[in-house]
Amino acid sequence: MSFASKDARIEKDIFTKRAYLAGFFVFLLVCALAARMSFLQITQHDLYASKSENNRVQLKTVEPIRGLIFDRNGVLLAENLPSHSLTIVPERVDNMSQTLGLIEALVGITPEERESFEKRVTAYRRPYEAIALKYRLDETQIAKIMVNDYFLKGVQVEAELVRHYPMDEDFAHVIGYVGQMNEAEKKRLDPIQYKVTRRIGKIGIERHYEKELHGQVGYQKVETNAQGRILKVLEKQSSIPGKNIILNLDARLQRTAMEAFKGRRGSLVAMDPATGGVLTMVSSPSFDPNLFVNGISYKDYNSLRDSLDTPLFDRAARGQYPPGSTMKPFLGLGFLETGVTNWKEEIKDPGWYMLENDERVYRDWKRRGHGDHINLRDAIIQSCDTYFYEMSFRTGIDNLHPFLSKFGFGQNTGLDIANALPALLPDREWKRIYRGRSWYAGDTLNLGLGQGFMLATPLQLATAMNVYAAKGQWHRAKLVQFIDNEPLVEETKPDDILLKNPENWDKMNNAMEGVIKHYLGTARGLKRNLKYRLAGKTGTAQIVGIKQNEEYDSEALLERQRDHALFVSFAPVDDPKIAIAAVVENGESAGATAAPISKKVIDQFLNDDRPKGIAYDF
Amino acid sequence: MAGDFIRQLDDSGMQSGRGILQRLNIDITMLCLLLLLCAGGLFILYSASGQNMGMVYRQMVYLGLGFLVMVVVAQIDPRWFQMSAPWVYGVGIIALILVLVAGVGAKGAQRWLSVFGLFRFQPSEIMKLVTPMMIAWYLSSKLLPPRLKVIVVVFTLIMFPALLIFKQPDLGTALLISSAGIFALLFAGLSGRWIVIAIVTVLAVAPVMWYGVMHDYQKQRVLTFLDPESDPLGSGWNIIQSKTAIGSGGLEGKGWMQGTQSQLEFLPERHTDFIIAVYAEEQGLIGVLLLLILYMLITLRGIYMASRGRDTFARLFAGALIVTFFIYVFVNIGMVSGILPVVGVPLPLISYGGTSIVTLMAAFGVIMSVYMHRRI
Repeated sequence: MSFASKDARIEKDIFTKRAYLAGFFVFLLVCALAARMSFLQITQHDLYASKSENNRVQLKTVEPIRGLIFDRNGVLLAENLPSHSLTIVPERVDNMSQTLGLIEALVGITPEERESFEKRVTAYRRPYEAIALKYRLDETQIAKIMVNDYFLKGVQVEAELVRHYPMDEDFAHVIGYVGQMNEAEKKRLDPIQYKVTRRIGKIGIERHYEKELHGQVGYQKVETNAQGRILKVLEKQSSIPGKNIILNLDARLQRTAMEAFKGRRGSLVAMDPATGGVLTMVSSPSFDPNLFVNGISYKDYNSLRDSLDTPLFDRAARGQYPPGSTMKPFLGLGFLETGVTNWKEEIKDPGWYMLENDERVYRDWKRRGHGDHINLRDAIIQSCDTYFYEMSFRTGIDNLHPFLSKFGFGQNTGLDIANALPALLPDREWKRIYRGRSWYAGDTLNLGLGQGFMLATPLQLATAMNVYAAKGQWHRAKLVQFIDNEPLVEETKPDDILLKNPENWDKMNNAMEGVIKHYLGTARGLKRNLKYRLAGKTGTAQIVGIKQNEEYDSEALLERQRDHALFVSFAPVDDPKIAIAAVVENGESAGATAAPISKKVIDQFLNDDRPKGIAYDF
Repeated sequence: MAGDFIRQLDDSGMQSGRGILQRLNIDITMLCLLLLLCAGGLFILYSASGQNMGMVYRQMVYLGLGFLVMVVVAQIDPRWFQMSAPWVYGVGIIALILVLVAGVGAKGAQRWLSVFGLFRFQPSEIMKLVTPMMIAWYLSSKLLPPRLKVIVVVFTLIMFPALLIFKQPDLGTALLISSAGIFALLFAGLSGRWIVIAIVTVLAVAPVMWYGVMHDYQKQRVLTFLDPESDPLGSGWNIIQSKTAIGSGGLEGKGWMQGTQSQLEFLPERHTDFIIAVYAEEQGLIGVLLLLILYMLITLRGIYMASRGRDTFARLFAGALIVTFFIYVFVNIGMVSGILPVVGVPLPLISYGGTSIVTLMAAFGVIMSVYMHRRI
């Protein structure tokens, strides 16, 4: 190879040939690209056109507004307030720790907020879903975030409607609260209806009527960009708000009862004998349900959970107490119904009772007894235990159990109080199964005092008193009166109680009125300023077993080991409007605690001269 | 044939305006085609950038600078390129080594060299011009068509910059520089026999590599490279979205600034590598065909201009550059439409970005120079 042999003409010819070849290949490749583009843009146009449309258009679910809850007079008990929360779309944040640092400097982040936020960021979620960091921003905080918007990429202030309970603690156990949905609940609920819902009813009415309160979701067909930001609303179907619920409860009565219980543990349930509507249902102490709506802090929750007073516990529906002497009117009717005695028969009460072949001495609460001439009426008025030992023994468990069952003991008869406990009305079979022993006569005597195995909730006692006040006519307890103007229907209910001799209702009423009016009546303290006819029965329930012959010394017992005080009552006697059961834990003397609390509530209810059915505020 | 049509464009008409442009060594036909392409490109960019006028202004500055570079380069006699070729090539290789040793990087790749902290430049960009220049210089001194020994030397000359750029890593540029060198070889008359042998060798070695040498993860990488849609969340996302944009454009397109895929930001890199998808979505197949014809005219005109070069060096240099320009177009559109693997290649003179515009316009300057210095 040498320079001499190079021929410029040959090289130019080679290039020209190759240039034609290159031009030809360029043409071929252009044709290939044109063919490819035609294939995409003509042949597959429909496919990609619909793909592009799906990209662009998204269906957004619109959360319905939760139904409101009112009391019987139209007082708002659960509402939806606009609340601004600070949310972050993690996908859009470049530097999370820097962003959180800036937010902390601007509006502060508590360690709990940070922890809960970080937990939800790492948990499974939809991409580009906003996660809340702070709730309930005030105006200043919103302004601070807005001003620094430029530095806070991916951070938004979102307005949403958040449940609020204006009565704070008054209705905490009855209405309950809504809280953040957990994973298990998410799986259980309708995925379409609950697609964007963040909170659901956790307890109480909010839980029981979740379906009615929730409403129907709507949707928005929106145009979004690749980041999921909504640019345009193309089509809209409004959501249907949840139904409003009107309760049987009376907010002012509830407040009265809560105040009457102030500083005490216990419960009071008041019902309307004509309908079974629950007028008042309190459990004291209570808590602020608003704490739970946005997720309660560990500190708050622990202090509620660990409190000796157990404020989270719903005593009204789930507190099981020995009903004690409040059982006596029901038992008395049972004696008459069985025919073991009549209103005239008198017994002697030495202050104690003994069974044949039994060493045990069954004591009367009055050491020296109630005298030698005690009939049923006296036994009710003075709460004579010896009389009830004797008559219970005569009647026997096989007659007592069915009769007491008719008043709803041992069952949950509430219509819409799902979490209520059935408590316990013992019989032979129960004892054999659960205690492995046969029924003794002594067990019947204890039952005759509403003690021993027997347990009842305040709601059960109120229901029984309610049926009693209506002379055996049954209405199941119901919290709700109307759902969106539709009255709550009671499809099934226990059989009405028909006495062989209906006069016994009035005679027993007379005895129960004596409890208050008679000079020996156990609730005679209520007599003063009584403007209506009140019938009632006191009860005490021992919570510490007192040994035989041991002196009962209440001073020596700790406050929490004192007897529970109970009172059942209704008024007015000739036309019952309200029936009540009240339990004061460790209240010791029913006449001094449970009875006056009940009277305050009845006074309030019967003397309430507000116009009915008109909404008002207080 | 298309070549005849291009030749007819030459020297015809425009007698009055020729004086100044001819003295400036500017070919009026090529200038018009380039101006048409760049002007259209600005409209596409305005839409693709989401109506970002600032970006359009900056692109106009780059284009202005590019045309200035083209005019300046067109004044240089091809002989000067020939004389300086080995020196410039040597300096370029040293610069590439410096990039690997002391380069400045972005996004995990080292491509920039900072000169005394005053300014930064990308040696690999310059090598796009220098490598074909070096090959043309070498071949012009050898007997053509080239023999085996010459071919081996040419491949060695290509390998140095290609490997150094591949190391940065910048696979796209490495491949384009290699192809520029190979095109020079083809224009020099590389025998069809060698081309057949090369293809057969690749076909024979590939299965051996695949089954004998490569690890599974390497195979996986190759597969993803060849078929990005198998990785829909990674590189596949881009291709799926760009095909959707192109396909949904149909025959007539959705209209300027009306492309939902691009305007709603589903399309990634929409103002740079994937800008053709924006154009195809908004202007449809008709617009795409017009653009392809424009690119083809520029290429054919460029090949014609190269063929009129004074000597072998000038022809090979210009020929390699203009074919490489077309390869840019083909690789970019092929990649965006899903028939070629994804390599980072911009659409010439339309994608946003100053560096590639200046390099491309310098190449057109070389082609102008080769064409205009033909009669001396």
